[in-house]
Amino acid sequence: MIELILIAVVSLLAQLVLPWWSLAVVTFIICFWRRISGGRAFLSGFVGVALVWLIYATIIHTRTDGVFTGRMSELLFKTNTSALPLLVTALVGGLVGGLAGLSGYFVGQAFGNQVENRAASRSRS
Amino acid sequence: MRYTKAITVSLLAVLVVWGLNRPWGSVPAFGPLLSPFVGFWQNAEAINNDDEEIVLNGTKSPVTVVFDELAIPHVFAQNDHDAYFAQGYLTARDRLWQMEFQTHAAAGRVSELVGDKALELDRYNRHLGMGFGAERAVKEMMADPRSKESVEAYTAGVNAWISQLKPAQYPLEYKLLGYAPEPWQPIKCAYFLKYMSGVLALGADDLNMSNVLKKVGPVVTADLFPDYPYREDPIVPVGTKWDFTPVNVPAVPASILPDTKPIAMKWQEHDPGIGSNNWAVGSQKSATGYPILANDPHLTLSLPSIWYQMQLVTPTMNVYGATMPGSPGVIIGFNKQVAWGVTNVGADVLDFYQIRFKDASRREYWHDNRWKPVRRRLEVIKVKGKPDVIDTVLYTHHGPVMYEAGQKPFAKNVPVGYAARWIAHEASNDFLTYYLLDRAKNHDDYRKALSYYGAPAQNFVFADVAKDIAISPNGRFPLKWKDQGKFLLDGTNPAHDWQGWIPASQNPHVKNPPRGFVSSANQSSTDPTYPYYINWQFAPAERGTRINQRLAAMQQVTPDSLRMLQNDNLNLRAAHALPVFLPYVQAKELTGEQAKALAIMKTWRYNHDVAEIAPTIFTEWMRQYMDGVWNDDFPSDDTTTLRYPSFDRTLQLSEKDPTAHWFDDVTTPAHETIGSVLTQSFRMAVDSLTRQHGPVGAAWQWGSHKGTRIGHLARLDALSALNVQIGGGRDIVNATTERTGPSWRMVVALGPTPKAYGVYPGGQSGNPGSPYYLNMLETWRTGQLNELLYLQSAQDKNPRIKRKLILK
Repeated sequence: MIELILIAVVSLLAQLVLPWWSLAVVTFIICFWRRISGGRAFLSGFVGVALVWLIYATIIHTRTDGVFTGRMSELLFKTNTSALPLLVTALVGGLVGGLAGLSGYFVGQAFGNQVENRAASRSRS
Repeated sequence: MRYTKAITVSLLAVLVVWGLNRPWGSVPAFGPLLSPFVGFWQNAEAINNDDEEIVLNGTKSPVTVVFDELAIPHVFAQNDHDAYFAQGYLTARDRLWQMEFQTHAAAGRVSELVGDKALELDRYNRHLGMGFGAERAVKEMMADPRSKESVEAYTAGVNAWISQLKPAQYPLEYKLLGYAPEPWQPIKCAYFLKYMSGVLALGADDLNMSNVLKKVGPVVTADLFPDYPYREDPIVPVGTKWDFTPVNVPAVPASILPDTKPIAMKWQEHDPGIGSNNWAVGSQKSATGYPILANDPHLTLSLPSIWYQMQLVTPTMNVYGATMPGSPGVIIGFNKQVAWGVTNVGADVLDFYQIRFKDASRREYWHDNRWKPVRRRLEVIKVKGKPDVIDTVLYTHHGPVMYEAGQKPFAKNVPVGYAARWIAHEASNDFLTYYLLDRAKNHDDYRKALSYYGAPAQNFVFADVAKDIAISPNGRFPLKWKDQGKFLLDGTNPAHDWQGWIPASQNPHVKNPPRGFVSSANQSSTDPTYPYYINWQFAPAERGTRINQRLAAMQQVTPDSLRMLQNDNLNLRAAHALPVFLPYVQAKELTGEQAKALAIMKTWRYNHDVAEIAPTIFTEWMRQYMDGVWNDDFPSDDTTTLRYPSFDRTLQLSEKDPTAHWFDDVTTPAHETIGSVLTQSFRMAVDSLTRQHGPVGAAWQWGSHKGTRIGHLARLDALSALNVQIGGGRDIVNATTERTGPSWRMVVALGPTPKAYGVYPGGQSGNPGSPYYLNMLETWRTGQLNELLYLQSAQDKNPRIKRKLILK
């Protein structure tokens, strides 16, 4: 749970000044560092990012009465709905966040143990 | 094992990010596009009436801008430089992508943005010498301190906007097409004006006419393609005396033509939907005792709109009107003393010269009895995603070689080419005309302003508070012998070159004519008494004639009377033609549906309103009729393109010479008559429409059949206005066709304070995410006009003023 919040907050801050894919870097680092399962890594990455994207997009959508959302839906997806752009936005952001989180988990698994083992073997000798 | 998983999943993540971060063909980069932090979400705007203060350090003094409820800026500056700086800044803020895209198009740089599908378009514009013309124009602009200051200030203003743009704030189209704005330069102002010249002064019939001449000979050509129409009401009224002594007109040379085999070259004819109306009624006809002026330019309707409304106030001017994004100043508008507007003249200022090259290397060409060197200009065309294309354009003293036949027409196997002499290649400071009109106070100022104008030639209509009205077909006109340029010209013969210019003061003009009004609708500039040759053909006479009929009948004219005239939907062509044609249609040969259609035609009052069915039938029928009469005599194919005589000439034949052999189809053994052609074409028209829309019914209504479309510049349907229900049509005063129409409608009533009205089909903002993208469309569609807010000072109070911006 805390990972989700961490990912949401830090990736939001990062995206205010850095390119969009900084969210992937943030998510990767957090999931690399925190000891959680792979499933939870993917989920916190996915939901953390998707939530930020969805909420921000929805705020913009409601503030502007959704006229533009309909046009973009028509342009990108050939149908005039407001729900589709919001959904796709959340999904795409979530997908990137989820994959980045999962990568962080696996890399943490692969190399994090090595660090532990070396530390353990140093302390043994 | 763990390493493999780590590496594969990480690689997958990187791949996905990479894939989302770049465009794939025409699919944009979806990662940044969908991000609410930097993507299209950032382009969504709400109505914002907060005052702002922005520090740019680009102006000499602070500039105050107030915006009305239509987001039209009213600029108050302490000097001209600051006003043009503000104009550049504000126009860029609303329309940056449009400004860049249009100038890229003129410069032949669209392939940079969209890839090689634009290569032919870019080659065409490079060969046309748009760049060459723009370079000459910008030199002229920099040579005059007034245009230099204006253009440089405007450029600085545009760049002040661009330089602070972050990717998140790029206009939507940049995000979709995947590129970033580049700095603006003075030459882009020149490119923009060349772009407009291309829109207005690039149609050419020379090749088709030469092919016609080759096919039927000079006598028949002169008969079917006369130099003055059967029905006409010229811009300068018949009977106007010329107040000058003409210079010597060049004599028609002994040999008029090069020795041409019929050639096929795709050169677009001038789109008849592009033209305009303007008029002014004098004080005697006006209910206010002061002149009232109206203008509606007809262009391809696009989004963002081609026009941008603005008011500019400095110690030297207080002008309001339509500006063009890309050029400083107001182009069509008014100030406290004067109002003016423009329609296209349609002069023949594009001629093709057959070039005889010495040999296949094309390094020299023959002219004036000697070989002259060919200049080569290398055009480097950047293509997105591919290597640069290097195109070599050959230049002769006439102009660039546009087309090469690639055959071997001469005995010595010498290749030929056609060079284009185009007015837009000449150095002229057209911008200065608008600069001076913006500040004009009277008729003399107007004449002075016009003397600087080069191209595209316009019929400048004028009215002032001193109660003068005037109109002048005006531009830089080559001094030509009669019919010079009606056909292809001989590039080896110096007698075929342009021999000089009509002195600007001798351009046709009329002031305060006895009939009490002036007008133009792209028809013949003058009657045949004018001593100079401007062109052999102009736009069909119906629009101008109808306007003159209505104005002649009007008394106590108000702005609303003129607004209604702008919306006039009467088809004068139908009114002339149907009484002649309908009796010929053989009712007994018609099927049920065709008879129904005929009945509709017979009760029609010639109005092109949206719910009428007859306009649909009439336009299709006339198309079929013209084919039926002329396609056998002037057929076009891959090797030869010909053209038909005008509808005016065809109607004249139908009225005066109905037994002429032209009505017979020479490809059939039977002998057709005008009656059989009219009946047959009517039946084919109805059948064609039935295939399109089903049986005669609501689907045939003019509004839906025409389906007026206001298209986004990048051809994105979702950002366009489709199937706009508005009446009118070609050769009708309300000249709204499928794609073209009144891009701006303006009516100005002069007086102690001017009262003006205007609208265009779009909005001030080029951002599809803005509430001001299309907000004026409905007003325009229903034929209404918005009152234009004409302020006197930055402190003026008015409920329509919504917010203030200070530029420091």
